[in-house]
Amino acid sequence: MFQTLTTRMKRFGLRLLTRPRLDLPLLLALFVLGCAGLATLYSAGNGNFSLVTGQAARFVLGAVLLLVISRIPPPVLRSWTPWLYLGSTALLVVVAVLGEGRGAYRWLDLGVMRFQPSELLKLTMPMMVAWYLHPRQLPPSWKDIIVVGLLIAVPAGLIAEQPDLGTALLVAGAGAFALFLSGMAWWRIGLLVGGVGAVIPVAWQFLHEYQRNRVRTLLDPESDPLGNGWHIIQSKIAVGSGGMFGKGWQQGTQSRLEFLPEHTTDFIFAVFSEEFGLVGVIAIMLLYAFIIGRCLWIAMNARDTYSRLLAGAIGMSFFVYVAVNGGMVAGILPVVGVPMPLVSYGGTSAVSLLTGFGVLMSIHANRKLHD
Amino acid sequence: MSRRRASIKEVRGEVALFRRRAMAGFALILLGLAAVCARYVYLQVLHHDEFVARSDQNRVKPRAIPPARGLIYDRNGVLLADNVPAFRLEVIPEQVSDMDDMLGKLGTVVPLSDEDIATFKKQVKQGRRFEGIPLKLKLTEDEIGRFAVNRWRFPGVDVVPYLTRRYPMGPLLAHVIGYVSRIDVDDLDRMDDDEEASYKGTTHIGRIGIERYYEKLLHGAPGYELVEVNADGRTQAVLDTTPPTPGKNIYLSIDVRLQKAAEEAMDGRSGAAIAIDPRNGQVLAFASVPSFDPNLFVNGISSADYKALTTAPDKPLYNRALRGVYPPGSTVKPFLALGGLTMGIRRPSDTVLSTGEFCIPGQSRCYRDDKRGGDGTVNMIQAIELSTNTYFYRLALDMGIDRLSDWMGKLGFGKKTGIDLVGEVEGVLPSREWKAARSKAGWFPGETIISGIGQGYWAVTPLQLAHATATFAGRGIPYTPHFLLDTQDGVDSPRVPQSFPPSGPSVIRKAADWDAVNDGMKAVINSGRGTGKRLPFGFPYIIAGKSGTAERFSRKTDAYDTNKNTAYLASRHRALFIAYTPADDPKIAVAVVLEAGAWGAQDSGPIARKILDQWVVDEGGQRPENLPPGPIVTADAIPEPAPGEASSVQDAQPAGAASTDLPPQDDGEDQ
Repeated sequence: MFQTLTTRMKRFGLRLLTRPRLDLPLLLALFVLGCAGLATLYSAGNGNFSLVTGQAARFVLGAVLLLVISRIPPPVLRSWTPWLYLGSTALLVVVAVLGEGRGAYRWLDLGVMRFQPSELLKLTMPMMVAWYLHPRQLPPSWKDIIVVGLLIAVPAGLIAEQPDLGTALLVAGAGAFALFLSGMAWWRIGLLVGGVGAVIPVAWQFLHEYQRNRVRTLLDPESDPLGNGWHIIQSKIAVGSGGMFGKGWQQGTQSRLEFLPEHTTDFIFAVFSEEFGLVGVIAIMLLYAFIIGRCLWIAMNARDTYSRLLAGAIGMSFFVYVAVNGGMVAGILPVVGVPMPLVSYGGTSAVSLLTGFGVLMSIHANRKLHD
Repeated sequence: MSRRRASIKEVRGEVALFRRRAMAGFALILLGLAAVCARYVYLQVLHHDEFVARSDQNRVKPRAIPPARGLIYDRNGVLLADNVPAFRLEVIPEQVSDMDDMLGKLGTVVPLSDEDIATFKKQVKQGRRFEGIPLKLKLTEDEIGRFAVNRWRFPGVDVVPYLTRRYPMGPLLAHVIGYVSRIDVDDLDRMDDDEEASYKGTTHIGRIGIERYYEKLLHGAPGYELVEVNADGRTQAVLDTTPPTPGKNIYLSIDVRLQKAAEEAMDGRSGAAIAIDPRNGQVLAFASVPSFDPNLFVNGISSADYKALTTAPDKPLYNRALRGVYPPGSTVKPFLALGGLTMGIRRPSDTVLSTGEFCIPGQSRCYRDDKRGGDGTVNMIQAIELSTNTYFYRLALDMGIDRLSDWMGKLGFGKKTGIDLVGEVEGVLPSREWKAARSKAGWFPGETIISGIGQGYWAVTPLQLAHATATFAGRGIPYTPHFLLDTQDGVDSPRVPQSFPPSGPSVIRKAADWDAVNDGMKAVINSGRGTGKRLPFGFPYIIAGKSGTAERFSRKTDAYDTNKNTAYLASRHRALFIAYTPADDPKIAVAVVLEAGAWGAQDSGPIARKILDQWVVDEGGQRPENLPPGPIVTADAIPEPAPGEASSVQDAQPAGAASTDLPPQDDGEDQ
């Protein structure tokens, strides 16, 4: 029994190398990124090891989910898609009802752990759009675009209402990218973007006061140096003082002396920039670009429309994380709760991100074999 | 569903289209990342020197200054809750390398109890990061001195000044004002982001009573100061200050003199005494006896003190006035009479013959009067005066339970009065619906009959009784009882009166109805029947009132209770008394409930009288001559002189409904 186990493991390892179900370059890139994240976290947390172990535990959980999901073939995922989408949207409604009359309410208390249903939508949203578009003639017609628009708007609206603008943005972005990849005509994209631009002044009225303040503060951080502006000013000082080569690992004064708020979560990239400088920033940006590019490569080689759209959308939505968080830390985008993927501490985002990469691995494993 | 088949699609073109799109998308993404990188170049290369300079000078950070909590006064400006400066020991856990070692060494400098350490460790686990966590509150001067000398040995530990709450009146108003205590994680979880931000630097939050109910008024908003810190994070200098907005001061309608009189009159006997101004619903006195010292809770109560309070047999933490429920007994009779008049079922002159027993036709079970042989022929005024059960048995039967509970509901029974305290209970107003929810057996006529004399399922809080009395005394206009009188922005600002309009129109149809019941209640106190000392002795105004005596246990046999021993009766009875004065233009209404009193009027009447005496003084009058000590006599509860001629209060239960099924008394701590 024991012997058969070892031989089976040996066989499994051999097959992993000769005919990998997992895309090794992507896996390697994720691993390097995770390590960089843990190293930054160790420094940002002032050498607090429990933060690092906590984050590593999330990575392990995410990796297990990645492995499990990668064994589910895309057609199976496709057949589950509508139910997953409906289920996760229903959970959002539950949160909205439970949260009635309270402040920011995003969590569902399961007793053993708290869980944020909006996190599920980051994956089920592009799945649903891909599912809807895959049997249809592409590029999509106006009718299909409108249906997809509704599929995106309902959950994104519910999340924005919680209020969690950052996650709403990520969810809507993932859906929109699937639509973009389906070949929606450029002039239609132009028309829609123009329309959204025209709607912005109206949407401003619907934002929460604190969200408006964040935008106002962004335009002039020095006007509110104690409140919202504090984040932006301190973050810019951290980034700027890092210079070309940075102050060195564990040498960043901004987070050491606790000038930088949230320096282990949303603003961890400021710590990274301070300690590793522009060289570090460009290196990590290249790493992110490689990951996104690799996802798109996997998408191009996918076997069917559903897999193509899904893999492409997941890869591209990774960009939203990086751009929004990087822009926020550098003071060009408002402060919204979007983490730096696989670097920021906490939340369920590390787990949900790795789960998404599990889907990519599954698509990769079932790629076209010719061509 | 018009799903086109996949095979119809032009797959080859789609693959090419996707390829083009993916390329375009990737190009856009690279462009976007390049733009972000450009921003970093701008900050890190082009403006590097400027930011390095700012980083080096960055020694200044904002720190929240907690607001001073609003003070609480009585209606005449007597201070009931204030803030006094104190010092506490705070630890920033991130700056301590070996916590257990540090605590051990610190314990030799400043004595730390196991509880201090346990609470502290719990808070470290739950605490907000990089914030000082209180280790020991209210340091003595000696402790501060010893720590100051040894401070260099304990990085991350500091003595921090703060304001702590003090209740100068101690137990006197504990059940009204309540207390503040340390904010815990559950409190923070309940708050949204903005609210949580407003508690930055604040350590205490209103836990029960006025402190909890008016937390939002009392708390205020924090300010900020810019402090210069050294590399250890210790404050070097304060550069700029945005002062906090202190919480509003609150003036309560309570009159401390009246409250003291009520407390003293209760003389330690368990129960409650409440005084309300019927003209506006202001609560003038609100005593629940026994009470406790709220100061114990402010900085964390020791487990020995807490155990003593929770295990004491007379339950001092239990707010009897707000949460205690008692059968109202005969005190409901005037209200029932008023209902009869309002519904047009009775005229004041209608009489009933009281023979000592009232039987429903066709049933063997009968219901007794207080007095053997009955009161003879009585009209409404006499029936109230003599508390003639038969009159009210018949009235209740004629009215029917639905109209009865409807009417009593209008006077506030069976629901929360809406007073500005947390944790009020509803009590029980007997009704078909109430019973149907708890029992399969239907409603019996016998239950209607005993409901007419405040027995059976009835359960009222002393507050409800006082509220109903005040509503009646105020000629039927209901006011939600309340403590809040004025608010004030600061000690030098003017007091801003808070408005509490009537909660509805008068429940009384015509003035004559009120006069009839008022006459009955005046007669109770003033008619001169019975022998012995009288309640109005030496009092300058006419008092109207009604007593009630309710049995705690249902009787086991049908026999009259012949034991006249007062101590024995006190163990069986609850004594209730309601009163208001001046009878024709009521300005104060009082309700007294004693958990152990032989007879309503004898035991609780003098308590009400002492409260009214003090009220006369407060109104600027001469102190009325003291009532001589000992029991007094009213027309509605005349102790029978001859032994064996015993009066029983009333019969307990009809045969059909043997169990009273009162809700279990909630005797937990009231929070």
